[in-house]
Amino acid sequence: MIKTLAKQVKEYWKASVATPLFMILEVILETIIPLLMASMIDDGVEKGDMGHILRIGAWMAVCAAGGLFAGVMGGKYGARASTGFARNLRQAMFENIQTFSFANIDRFSTASLVTRLTTDVTVLQDAYQMILRMFTRAPASLLCAMVMAFTISPKLASIYLGACLGLGVCLFFIMKRATKYFQQAFPKYDDMNASVQENVSAVRVVKAYVREDYETKKFRKTSENISKIFTKAERSLSYNSPLMMLAVYSCILLISWVGAKMIVVGDLTTGNLASLLTYCINILMSLMMLSMIFVMVTMSAASARRIAEVLNETSSLQNPSVPDFDIPDGSIRFDRVRFSYHATSEEPVLKDINLSVRSGETIGIIGGTGSAKTSLVNLISRLYDVSEGTVFVGGKDVRTYDLETLRSQVAVVLQKNVLFSGTILENLRWGNPDATEEECRQACLLACADEFIQRMPDGYHTRIEQGGTNVSGGQKQRLCIARALLKKPKILILDDSTSAVDTATDAKIRKAFTEEIPDTTKIIIAQRISSVQHADRIVVMDNGSIDGIGTHEQLLKTNAIYQEVYASQTGGSGDFDENGGEQ
Amino acid sequence: MPGPMMRGPGPRGLKSQVAHPGKVFFRLIRYLMAHYWFQWIVVVACIVIGVLANVQGTLFTRTLIDDYITPLLSTETPDFGPLAGAILRVALFYGIGILANFIQARLMIRITQGTMRNMRDDLFSHMETLPIRYFDTHAHGDIMSIYTNDIDTLRQMISQSIPMTLDCVITVASVLVSMILLSVPLTAVSLIMIALMLIATKVLAGKSGSYFVRQQKDLGAVNGYIEEMIEGQKVIKVFCHEEACVEDFRKLNDQLFHSADNARAFSNVLGPVNAQLGNLSYVLCAIVGGGLALGGVGGLTLGGLVSFLTFSKNFSRPINQISQQLNSVVMALAGADRFFRLLDETPETDNGYVTLVNARRNEDGSLKETEARTGLWAWKHVHQADGSVDYVELKGAVVFDGVDFGYDPEKIVLHDVHLYAQPGQKIAFVGSTGAGKTTITNLINRFYDIQDGKIRYDGININKIRKSDLRRSLGIVLQDTHLFTGTVMENIRFGKLDATDEEVIAAAKLANADAFIRRLPDGYQTMLTGDGSNLSQGQRQLLSIARAAVADPPVLILDEATSSIDTRTERIVQDGMDKLMQGRTSFIIAHRLSTVRNSDCIMVLEQGRIVERGTHDQLIEQGGRYYQLYTGNAAKQA
Repeated sequence: MIKTLAKQVKEYWKASVATPLFMILEVILETIIPLLMASMIDDGVEKGDMGHILRIGAWMAVCAAGGLFAGVMGGKYGARASTGFARNLRQAMFENIQTFSFANIDRFSTASLVTRLTTDVTVLQDAYQMILRMFTRAPASLLCAMVMAFTISPKLASIYLGACLGLGVCLFFIMKRATKYFQQAFPKYDDMNASVQENVSAVRVVKAYVREDYETKKFRKTSENISKIFTKAERSLSYNSPLMMLAVYSCILLISWVGAKMIVVGDLTTGNLASLLTYCINILMSLMMLSMIFVMVTMSAASARRIAEVLNETSSLQNPSVPDFDIPDGSIRFDRVRFSYHATSEEPVLKDINLSVRSGETIGIIGGTGSAKTSLVNLISRLYDVSEGTVFVGGKDVRTYDLETLRSQVAVVLQKNVLFSGTILENLRWGNPDATEEECRQACLLACADEFIQRMPDGYHTRIEQGGTNVSGGQKQRLCIARALLKKPKILILDDSTSAVDTATDAKIRKAFTEEIPDTTKIIIAQRISSVQHADRIVVMDNGSIDGIGTHEQLLKTNAIYQEVYASQTGGSGDFDENGGEQ
Repeated sequence: MPGPMMRGPGPRGLKSQVAHPGKVFFRLIRYLMAHYWFQWIVVVACIVIGVLANVQGTLFTRTLIDDYITPLLSTETPDFGPLAGAILRVALFYGIGILANFIQARLMIRITQGTMRNMRDDLFSHMETLPIRYFDTHAHGDIMSIYTNDIDTLRQMISQSIPMTLDCVITVASVLVSMILLSVPLTAVSLIMIALMLIATKVLAGKSGSYFVRQQKDLGAVNGYIEEMIEGQKVIKVFCHEEACVEDFRKLNDQLFHSADNARAFSNVLGPVNAQLGNLSYVLCAIVGGGLALGGVGGLTLGGLVSFLTFSKNFSRPINQISQQLNSVVMALAGADRFFRLLDETPETDNGYVTLVNARRNEDGSLKETEARTGLWAWKHVHQADGSVDYVELKGAVVFDGVDFGYDPEKIVLHDVHLYAQPGQKIAFVGSTGAGKTTITNLINRFYDIQDGKIRYDGININKIRKSDLRRSLGIVLQDTHLFTGTVMENIRFGKLDATDEEVIAAAKLANADAFIRRLPDGYQTMLTGDGSNLSQGQRQLLSIARAAVADPPVLILDEATSSIDTRTERIVQDGMDKLMQGRTSFIIAHRLSTVRNSDCIMVLEQGRIVERGTHDQLIEQGGRYYQLYTGNAAKQA
């Protein structure tokens, strides 16, 4: 995990090395100052040597200037290294996600990927800066102060050593316990946020059933529990500060007592005593800081792990080493295909699929939820790879083609489709970046989208909001079809893409397809019989296998499932209005 | 203190500008003091004690050198007795200081956690009273962000910034007094250096602040882009659009890097600059003080100088610390502003006075109010004019009389709607998206108030009915099903909180949900999470029907789900709905033929107007818009 993340430091390795070096320099200079101070008091003030005071003062000023330089550079490089590291992490994750196959995307949920790219990166950015700056600063400061204390008086310095050990052990146990409590508490916190989220999105249900008070009471209970758990966790940390004070104060008093005795016998000077007292705070503060850093870094480990997971994920689909860029025609053949989403699952999603589709043919696919209609068509553009058997497009195994070539020739209109923020034209050009406005219009005419686009205030330059919230479900589907048409594909797959389009428009689109793009192989998945009944052949899927293939009339005579579906949709159309995008 | 790390999307495009920071600040202070004023007073007292203990410790260094060590040096047989006594005295003060610190730490935890709980509770209970309109006009992510990001910045402010600032202010004050007591000229030198530090802070914090605002904006842009692209990742793959996305992302990411780098660099530099100015102040004081002590001017002793120098360091540290808190205070104020703004939203108003009561029929057929659940309900209408009470039986007759409505009063979406539903009738609405079907049903339960016209329920203007009672008498099944984290049993019981297990199961049976529930791993005790994501779409619909069934309302509003579920499940759902509708006045937004066909009346809506109404056969006969929708053909020439 560390190795994966460390690779992303890249061009910021210089800043990452410079930061701790400057921090150490700053610490050394800071440590020298009290030493000079002691000399000033002992050799300058006490001996009445004003020249010495000025000389030492000048040295101190030099040290302060050096410290300033080191501090500023350390700060700058620290910022550069940590924000640069965060930039690289985000970029690397984003780029790697772009190489993900559908199978990879399925493994991570959308929300979790977003969290990894946003919150987790920020957490790691903070942790990285902390490691570069404080994680060197604190031990260096501790070490320097300790060394100085030992040079002044090993006997007194051993008091610090004792205090350090004692405090260190106590802090270790406190932090260990605290980390445990916090780790228990955080999930509860996530639960509470989830319940707020639930109430925000289900506000109509709450209001409709007049359950405001009930939900508030429920929330109060959760909120009370959270507060209790966190109080417990934070209480375990509340010993830190008093303990620290106890250690500092004990040291000061002990040093004062022992120091006074040593001064009287002449083993120590007053100046040295003052310096020692300064180091006391340095030493114990560093220890304290170290323990806090330790906790924070431990807590960011979860984020680090989540990021590393994304970076280490390799795409389950690879482009062939010698890719074929030529797809002769739009014929499709499934040969003894078996497919499952997970290599380990016993029951395959698709089994024993044999199917031949001629170039230019229109195929309808119908079947219940879970009958694997979508899984079947996803194999054609190699969104997933078969487990056994072969899928041929244009007579060649899909795995021999260049992925980009294959996917631009096999256009899929996904069931869960999205539009992106930008103008309608920009969205359409996803299909073909070089398409002229006229070509875009042609595609929209085919998809029956032109009529409503023309009615929009800015026509083709109307802005689509994020997630396409300002167009209805049916309009969105038609835009998605137009976008796919712009690819001028040899094979066009519509995965339940007209479910929200009214029957009349649906028929119009199908008619346009037959007339305008007769050579394109068309595969239409639908719930409505009316959407597929005019296809050349209809495939009835059931539970991962093909239950029957034939024309509408043939299937009505021979296929039980088809008959049943037909019977339930009497009148030829199951639903008759334009729906789906309604709030 | 490590804070709860926020999971979930990071800050959105934050509006970090607060209009009246002063006002927000004082309101926040009042809010904080409201529940925990006593604890805050004790905390301040503890801080004062802690600071004093620390100061007397520092002063002790002088006493140690001047009053004990120096005299000891000149005696032949040193007597350490007085020194031991002095040390014990100081130790006692230190002990009190430590105790005060511990009490402070404990109290702060209670204050912080308690205040956070109060904030969340206040937010939530107020949010529950807000009208639907609020949720329509505010992004859900932004509302969530108040609970997570904003409360967290406030937590940091309460638990860290406020006590630290208090500590610093008290330290500065007490140290200043001690310094003046020790030496006035040296104090002047120190103060000049402090002024320099303040100037440096102002300049650097200003720079960092402006970059910080830009960083938040860029972060919002990056997060927004990430959310959108990850959401559409599969589409990106299908269109081989990966490279273009990476390029766009790189631009946004680089922008963020620049602003974040600068914001961080300036705030990182602030610490060392102030620290070294502090050191410089130390040097200056040493030289000037050395001169003074040697010349014996101003009564400064060697011990006094040592103490002063320690103070000088103690003086600059708190100022440095306060300056480090600036950014978090700015962020907390922005958070507090959003927090208070939600609390200031006007709750749903309800001037209704007609209530729903249990009733019993008297011998003469008139109704009488009763405590017991009789199954017979009546509207209790207390006439405002003379205080007389009328009881009207709850039957479920709904009348719309010339209703106009617009979500935005400027833009009317429903025009002059007339509608009569007799008790037990089934009314269906059909029409294209945006025709206003859902809007009509939202008016019956007063999710929105109408602009013009009247809606009567059993002859009573619904504006006179108390909202909670009105809604209790209406069952609703929404198109998007929403379930809550909890067991299946709890989710159904949501419809009627005091329903027994038997009643819940009976409702589930009525809704055709019982069969699948029994097949779940823990039956009715199966936990549902994430809006029932472990169930299929059809199953979730069945549960929401069962939820309406257990409530057993006289009037039903059903928004038929439009998402594709397979034919077999659809039939089960349909059947469940049909059973539920029996004997109730039902309004149904229909998408399927089988639903409409046996309706008593079908309303065809077009652009906010009812263009056709009648039974299925009548409308087919008419050959208009309905015929067109139904057959998918162009309208018959009449």
